[in-house]
Amino acid sequence: MITARYWREMPQRYRYEAGKCVKCGYVAFPPRLICPVCKAREFQTVTLANTGKIETFTVIRVAPSDFEDEVPYAMAVIKLDDGVQVTAQVVDVDLDELKIGDRVRIEFRRISQDGEAGVIFYGYKFVPA
Amino acid sequence: MSGLVPCQACPLPLRIYPSEEIAKIWGADAESFKRGLLLREKSVPAPDQDLITMSVEAARHALKRAGGLDPKELGAIYIGAESHPYAVKPSGTVVAEAIGATPDIHCADYEFACKAGSEAMFVTLGLVQADYVKYALAIGGDTSQGAPGDALEYSTAAGAAAFIMGREHVVAEIEHTHSYTTDTPDFWRRDLQHYPQHGGRFTGEPAYFKHVTSCARALFEKSSTKPGDFKYAVFHQPNGKFPQRVSRMLGFTQKQIDQGWLAPTLGNTYSGSSPMGLSAILDVARPGDRIFMVSYGSGAGSDGFIWKVTERIVEVQNLAPQTRQQLEHKPRYLDYGTYAKFRRKIRKAEKV
Repeated sequence: MITARYWREMPQRYRYEAGKCVKCGYVAFPPRLICPVCKAREFQTVTLANTGKIETFTVIRVAPSDFEDEVPYAMAVIKLDDGVQVTAQVVDVDLDELKIGDRVRIEFRRISQDGEAGVIFYGYKFVPA
Repeated sequence: MSGLVPCQACPLPLRIYPSEEIAKIWGADAESFKRGLLLREKSVPAPDQDLITMSVEAARHALKRAGGLDPKELGAIYIGAESHPYAVKPSGTVVAEAIGATPDIHCADYEFACKAGSEAMFVTLGLVQADYVKYALAIGGDTSQGAPGDALEYSTAAGAAAFIMGREHVVAEIEHTHSYTTDTPDFWRRDLQHYPQHGGRFTGEPAYFKHVTSCARALFEKSSTKPGDFKYAVFHQPNGKFPQRVSRMLGFTQKQIDQGWLAPTLGNTYSGSSPMGLSAILDVARPGDRIFMVSYGSGAGSDGFIWKVTERIVEVQNLAPQTRQQLEHKPRYLDYGTYAKFRRKIRKAEKV
């Protein structure tokens, strides 16, 4: 990830800020410029709920190069308590015990880094609630 | 009145049994280490955790305990540690951005071996008392480094504690402070070195014990108090034994240090050590209780604080997870191999 893009995405990666369509109420995460439902362009910034439950998940055993050291790890679709769905890693959990419907909460974690000398990218992951 | 508004510690769920796992690998006498250090287990950061991630979690919970204090009201953020992820770029910038405290905030990272956290507390208290800022956030924490096979490897752990200082909504009023500093080279890390060096037994009498007792005695004198005037006491905890011994030297009882004595199951969280102990004490303290705190940082120095708990404490204690509850919540134990991988002690080939 390039540094400028990471910097632009900090509000959503760090503070879980989403865009709520002022016209129809659709919540876009990550935020969008145009509402996919009603095509309106005006959004209000809202913060996502920090807890939710696992809708579905998979265990990654062959990972992209930035995540090779973390295998095996779980990637899940999580339905937050405000109804928004996000895809993220679930960590601090025994993968044999992880199941659909488990309650999870958001935590601030390292996501990856631009090599040993580059910028460290932070963001959200989920842990058992 | 100025002091702590709320505080929060961030202990980690991953652990290792140092005497069994580490001594086994290096051929050391496990029983002797266990007896000598009084350490049963220690915390380990996951590969995706570092000082910044722990600080963000601790700060968010501290804000929750402050009754949802608007982060924009924080006028300063200071983080004390010796494991800042960047050599150049303050950890506080990331933490301030993550908790929504930017951009009108003063930010700096502190370093003073294991007392960098209490330094941050000391300075934020000063800013608040001088009325330069309304609230200030002080964080002490570390993902401590110890070289493979070195005595430090048995104790180095990870954790952080966050404290919001202010003049309103105070849960623990600051009554007295004292700082004691000398040039004592007991422990150090040179530029670009990955692991610290230390003077072995020299870290004891002329370093830890001299500085902690001198700071503590000066604090007794300043405040005209004696150990019996305090419900709780907390000291820097490089292992389980040192704080126990120093408390006896000063005249405190085991009962007074028990609540904040986290080292036997947490290990040495360096700059997070005495601050996390204070956090554990504030989880159970009652209005009117006095708390005696002395940190220690190699190099060397100690910061001393006398806190008096206010009526408001009972309103905030259950607003976020408590320190000992977090420590006891589903710990997961690692073997040495996994620990070495997580702590990046295994050298891998460069990618081409």
